[in-house]
Amino acid sequence: MSRNLARLHSSDEVSVTVLVSIGKHPVTGRLRRADQDARALEMALGLSDSEPRVIYAGPLNDSTEPALRGYLGMGVSELKVLRQSEQNDIVPALSGFLDNSPSSLILCGSRAELGESSGLVPYQLADALGYTLVSNVAVIEEVTATLAVVLQALPRGQRRRIEVVLPAILAVDTASPVARQVAYAKASRGFINCVVTDAAEDDATEQWHYQPARKRPKRLKIIKATSARDRFKAAAAKAEGTGGQVLTSVSAEEGAVAILKVLKEEGVLKT
Amino acid sequence: MLTSLMPWLLAVAILLAVVGALRRARLWLRGRASNVNVWAGIRAMPKRYLVDLHHVVERDRYISNTHVATAGGFVLASVLAILLHGFAWESKLLAWLLLAASGAMLIGAVRVAKRRQSPPDRLSKGAWMRLPKSLMVFAISFLILSLPAVGLLPEGFGGVVLAALLTAGIVWGLAEMFIGMTWGGPMKHAFAGALHLAFHRRSERFGGGRSTGLKALNFDDAQAPLGVEKPTDFTWNQLLGFDACVQCGRCEAVCPAFAAGQPLNPKKLIQDMVVGLAGGSDASYSGSPYPGKPLGEHKGGPFQAIVAREGKGLLDADTLWACTTCRACVEECPMMIEHVDAIVDMRRHLTLERGQTPNKGAEVLENLIATDNPGGFNPGSRMNWAADLNLPILADVKRTDVLLWLGDGAFDMRNQRTLRAFIKVLRSAGVQFAVLGNEERDSGDVARRLGDEATFQHLAKLNIHTLQQYSFRSIVTCDPHSFHVLKNEYPELGGEYVVYHHTTFMERLYRDKQLSLKDWVGGRVTYHDPCYLGRYNGEYDAPRQLLDALGIDRVEMTRSGFRSRCCGGGGGAPITDIPGKQRIPDMRMDDIKASGANVVAVGCPQCTAMLEGVVEPRPQVLDIAELVAQSLIEEETRA
Ligand code: SF4
Ligand code: SF4
Repeated sequence: MSRNLARLHSSDEVSVTVLVSIGKHPVTGRLRRADQDARALEMALGLSDSEPRVIYAGPLNDSTEPALRGYLGMGVSELKVLRQSEQNDIVPALSGFLDNSPSSLILCGSRAELGESSGLVPYQLADALGYTLVSNVAVIEEVTATLAVVLQALPRGQRRRIEVVLPAILAVDTASPVARQVAYAKASRGFINCVVTDAAEDDATEQWHYQPARKRPKRLKIIKATSARDRFKAAAAKAEGTGGQVLTSVSAEEGAVAILKVLKEEGVLKT
Repeated sequence: MLTSLMPWLLAVAILLAVVGALRRARLWLRGRASNVNVWAGIRAMPKRYLVDLHHVVERDRYISNTHVATAGGFVLASVLAILLHGFAWESKLLAWLLLAASGAMLIGAVRVAKRRQSPPDRLSKGAWMRLPKSLMVFAISFLILSLPAVGLLPEGFGGVVLAALLTAGIVWGLAEMFIGMTWGGPMKHAFAGALHLAFHRRSERFGGGRSTGLKALNFDDAQAPLGVEKPTDFTWNQLLGFDACVQCGRCEAVCPAFAAGQPLNPKKLIQDMVVGLAGGSDASYSGSPYPGKPLGEHKGGPFQAIVAREGKGLLDADTLWACTTCRACVEECPMMIEHVDAIVDMRRHLTLERGQTPNKGAEVLENLIATDNPGGFNPGSRMNWAADLNLPILADVKRTDVLLWLGDGAFDMRNQRTLRAFIKVLRSAGVQFAVLGNEERDSGDVARRLGDEATFQHLAKLNIHTLQQYSFRSIVTCDPHSFHVLKNEYPELGGEYVVYHHTTFMERLYRDKQLSLKDWVGGRVTYHDPCYLGRYNGEYDAPRQLLDALGIDRVEMTRSGFRSRCCGGGGGAPITDIPGKQRIPDMRMDDIKASGANVVAVGCPQCTAMLEGVVEPRPQVLDIAELVAQSLIEEETRA
């Protein structure tokens, strides 16, 4: 299960924090531990024998508690809760808390399964804390007191090795190992402790209207293959990018200009 | 000389036996508390021994006669020896009786020795090979000792030499029979066995009863450890039960997992528990090991984890996960030991405390929690297969005669054919029935066998709550696992129902002349008894009577009825999927082929799936509902 996972040497004082959220089962919509967050916790548990700190920011009530206990069921004895209402923006609470009691390695899922699900929390948090962010982490290969080597998941199973200077936030991808089973007894015996924090109203979301996402129909690729070999080749073929350009060693401004240009051409940005 | 020595020898032997008994009892009492009626048990013990136990022993006629002679002779001879030689009673009659008793014991002992000349694999060797000799020495010694007393030999015959030999024989005999009984020799089975019968956890099993439902875990105390981690986590009478094992290996001989070369042997498992009870290693165990696991590598103690968290403990987890919970071992065990209870107790610890259900286990349990079915299907699609059948849903009709429990087979295309067939039969018989539809949830069977008692109880309570909303007379299901759980395991959680398996129900319909059937043509048929219908619920007849009603040329497999071999599908075994040398369904299919049948009739979605998974060419697998549906004489279509 723990492929290439680096174990921390006890002398290395790397404190690990895992940020978790409430997940929602894709079929039934029942609340549960969120898949990517659980994978992040799995990764943290594989790093060292000492327990990672697990933090959740959000509403705590009868319906969310059993879902949160799922993380405790993976073998951590305590879950810290920064209690927020459903409407609150959790980033200020998290960054405030992490500012006060920092951690050199923060792991979290890439995207929540509930709420806005924008995938922006890791970015906003990294921004607020001034930490480095690595997205789509699949494996942590090595961790020292100041440095982590991770593999980042890219499309089609490709991996990119990244060295990152700590402190850092690693947003974990579904390419990482599956989270371990929840042990009922651990889940029910673990402690959920509330930490007092400020709450920041998120005015913007108040007007929002939520509706279930619909799967968009997939465009069928018409394959005129006559043999099994052709069919296989067609199925395994990379989508050929047409046009576009690869920019290497350009300045941030030049890069941004190029991206803006594409976005305008595609009609994503309309100004 | 011997006459003056005898009272002392007997007194010392009895004293040592009592000390041993107390020590052994202390080991058992380390276990958890258990609700048993001690006095009623002790009163019932002789009958349980003479009737219930011998009922099982009698399946092996040779040994049952042997045992009557040996045990009866021994008990009588001991009592008489104590009276005659311990208290120095003078009685010619008693002396004759002692002669007769030791004679009977000798005959028994010789027969034991004969069985052990080339013992079958299932029997343990080691100390057990010594036992017939000890029995003979005991019997011969008292036999010869009685000869002068009855006047067949002159007093003082044989002189010092014979006296010395007799003394040696009596010392040996007493050591094995009296002291060994409580200090852990082969005779321990008599002492522990008698008490085990008295304090059995499932007293309902005696007097022809049946008790097969697993016992519910109590979740009230959140701090109490769940399941069995170390030997002392068993109840004290479970520990006592392990100690009663005679190592006869009847369980081993019928265990499908053992035969398939999976790392399980129910006899060794019980012996491992005995090792754990007293502390030590399995090096001195003298029977067949777990396939693929050499002896001497495992050890444990009463307060040590049975499945070690690191390294090796008393046994490995895969041993526990290989069991299909088929209950063949329990059915065969002459000492009425409950292997399945013990295995599930230990699984509960692994699943609930450690979160270590192997292979697909975690995924299946997660699905059950999130979607109420093991496959993770949308619970709202449970009725999709029946879109054209217009089944009455209980939520609409509120009351019905028969509630048809569909089971998770509703998601499986093969089982949907069985369900359709059964519905056709119900309609043809004019039965008023309805289904729960999407309100039905998994019964909790698989979760429970995988040790996830929490999820089982959760599902059970939800189902019981749903069932409370409606009124119906009985529940009928095509799935023996749901049948067993609804009938035998829900009552403890507050749900009591009249439940029928569909074969029983169809047989009643046939008897009540509600079905008109023509003969089924299609060849020779054999019937495979599902474990959860047969051994768990004692229904062997109805399916066979139905086949006969169809005019079927029915042949029986060597292993059928209560000896039926499991298909390999129970107890979550296909989910935990412990590797072996063969697959259990392949072995069962060989049994089927050997019967000469070209169709095997089944009554369980699990059996259907397992047996149909065997590669062709092989006999066809048909549910009895399908056979009946094919043979319905349908009235002229009513347009
Ligand atoms: S229940 Fe069946 S599989 Fe399990 S140990 Fe007994 S005989 Fe073997
Ligand atoms: S458990 Fe029962 S059947 Fe198995 S060896 Fe012991 S006494 Fe015999």
